[in-house]
Amino acid sequence: MKEKIIEVNNLQTSFYTHLGEVQAVRGVSFNVAKGEVLGIVGESGSGKSVTSMSIMKLVSYPGKIKSGEILFRGEDLAKKTDKEMLSVRGDKISMIFQDPMTSLNPVYTIGNQIIEAIIRHQNVGKDEAREKAIEMLKLVGIPSPEERIDNYPHEFSGGMRQRAMIAIALSCEPDLLIADEPTTALDVTIQAQIMELLKELKNKVDTSIILITHDLGVVADTCDKIIVMYGGLVMERGSAQEIFYTPKHPYTMGLMKSIPRLDAGDDGRLIPIPGTPPDLIKPPTGCPFSARCPYAMKICTQEMPGYTKFGEGNEAACWLLHKDAPEVEVDTGVVRGDVNAK
Amino acid sequence: MGNYLVKRLLSMVITLWFVITITFFLMHAIPGGPFVREKELPPEVIEALNEKYHLDDPLYVQYFDYLKGVVTFDMGPSFKMTGVEVTDLIKKGFPVSAKMGGLAVLFVLLLGVPIGIISALKQNSWIDYIVTIIATIGVAVPGFVVATIYIYIFSSKLALVPSFGLESAKGYIGPVLALAFFSLAFVMRLMRSSMLEVLGEDYIRTARAKGLPEFIVIYKHALKNAIIPVITYVGPMIASVMTGSFVIEKIFAIPGMGKYFVESVGNRDYTVLMGTTVFYAALVIVAILVVDVAYGMIDPRIKLGD
Repeated sequence: MKEKIIEVNNLQTSFYTHLGEVQAVRGVSFNVAKGEVLGIVGESGSGKSVTSMSIMKLVSYPGKIKSGEILFRGEDLAKKTDKEMLSVRGDKISMIFQDPMTSLNPVYTIGNQIIEAIIRHQNVGKDEAREKAIEMLKLVGIPSPEERIDNYPHEFSGGMRQRAMIAIALSCEPDLLIADEPTTALDVTIQAQIMELLKELKNKVDTSIILITHDLGVVADTCDKIIVMYGGLVMERGSAQEIFYTPKHPYTMGLMKSIPRLDAGDDGRLIPIPGTPPDLIKPPTGCPFSARCPYAMKICTQEMPGYTKFGEGNEAACWLLHKDAPEVEVDTGVVRGDVNAK
Repeated sequence: MGNYLVKRLLSMVITLWFVITITFFLMHAIPGGPFVREKELPPEVIEALNEKYHLDDPLYVQYFDYLKGVVTFDMGPSFKMTGVEVTDLIKKGFPVSAKMGGLAVLFVLLLGVPIGIISALKQNSWIDYIVTIIATIGVAVPGFVVATIYIYIFSSKLALVPSFGLESAKGYIGPVLALAFFSLAFVMRLMRSSMLEVLGEDYIRTARAKGLPEFIVIYKHALKNAIIPVITYVGPMIASVMTGSFVIEKIFAIPGMGKYFVESVGNRDYTVLMGTTVFYAALVIVAILVVDVAYGMIDPRIKLGD
């Protein structure tokens, strides 16, 4: 088996607000092996971004990692001090964010912002760092990088800014890149380009990627593994193949039905999941999805189901999958494929 | 840049011309004149005085004469203080006000900016609460109250500082404090809120994600963005503080510009009123230009020259 770059075990992160403890992440576990791409999927408020910020230990006040392990090459980041984290961030783990329009500092040149990351983590001089920065810009496909390096962010388009962000993130050849909705704020055509670039660079610099998104279309052809999060918990995990063709959890099926597709039957309508995510100040004792689940049973609201395994790395937490569960005709949302999950 | 400055200078001249014109006609629209007394002067005397100061000319002639004067930096003689030229008045009064004001500006910047930053970084701590309270008091309490309390405690009761004049270095403390109090409070608040806003920006998160130490995140990435609103305020503040405050100068018996500025209105001392107004306006206009150029240097999104 490949070396595990990161292994998160039972991570819990909460925000201690004056209204009470918001349990944003309530026990999440996953791992990413070298060169692997893990997709974290879920709608807004499912805890996926907080999970990624927890790995960086950049959860903003009043948030705190409550418990759990974040093993990065065997070292527990959860136990590291702020000072120790400085040499991890940007060097071993880097991150790109959702909105490239606001993620770059408007009063410094693109070059300045790449160079400072390089100088911070690598033992190089200014000139060498500049060379490296130009090289990075070229790598991410910025035309005439020698001139563009002295531009300010406002002189870059959205897509180019995200490329520049990727250049910053990859400038120190990190072991792990966390991409938090890297394409959400971009045009559809630019989205495809950025995803293509990430895939290409992953092979070039041999980095592992955690890709956080609410867009299933984005993860489909990028990710090796996917975890589906809801209400601060992992609902289902599996390979891209398994998640897309044999979804086991009603929430995953709901997500499938809400993406537009060309080969859809009927009239091609999108079916939204009714309702809103649960209040995480008082999270439900049972399955967090029970309130919105079309198949919810009595037990669903009372107790959180355990994971039912389907194979190596493929499991889901749903009472329907329990051996004593009644047989229910389930609409999986899968149109292609031939599997009728029951 | 050169092109820009030429354009700006031209617009400054036009602005100044507007100020002169409006002030000139408004001033003449107020009833009364420099030679109106409780004990009336004989008509012949008034006539002679009016003739001497060209007040018997038609208004437009006086106006053009005045414009000519401004261009040649001759603001005319004071109508009230015999034998005193307005230019001399400014030459004598401004350095006094400017020295006091300059110290006040330094005081505001050197104290207000760092305190604002600390207060933002320690949001909701006791330091932040104290700063917020002081800032609120500073904005709400007028300078003359501060000056009066200061004199009462430190001059009258403790006899540590003189209650008037600028003869000793100690004499500066009170006037500078009273003059700076409002602006200090304002800058503290502005710096605090601006810093808090910038610290929530995405690019601050990016800077942290790069592994930059907090020190660099704040002083390189946040400060340069957060200081912009403060600069906006500081430009006009410098002009207003430097030209002196009538009230503070009155309380501390300081021979600055502020006194002439206010007294000339009641006296209908036309030339002094015009002179001080034009001078103040010119200072504000220059201060605003300096602020705009400073913007261009700090924020690359603001382009000078178009």
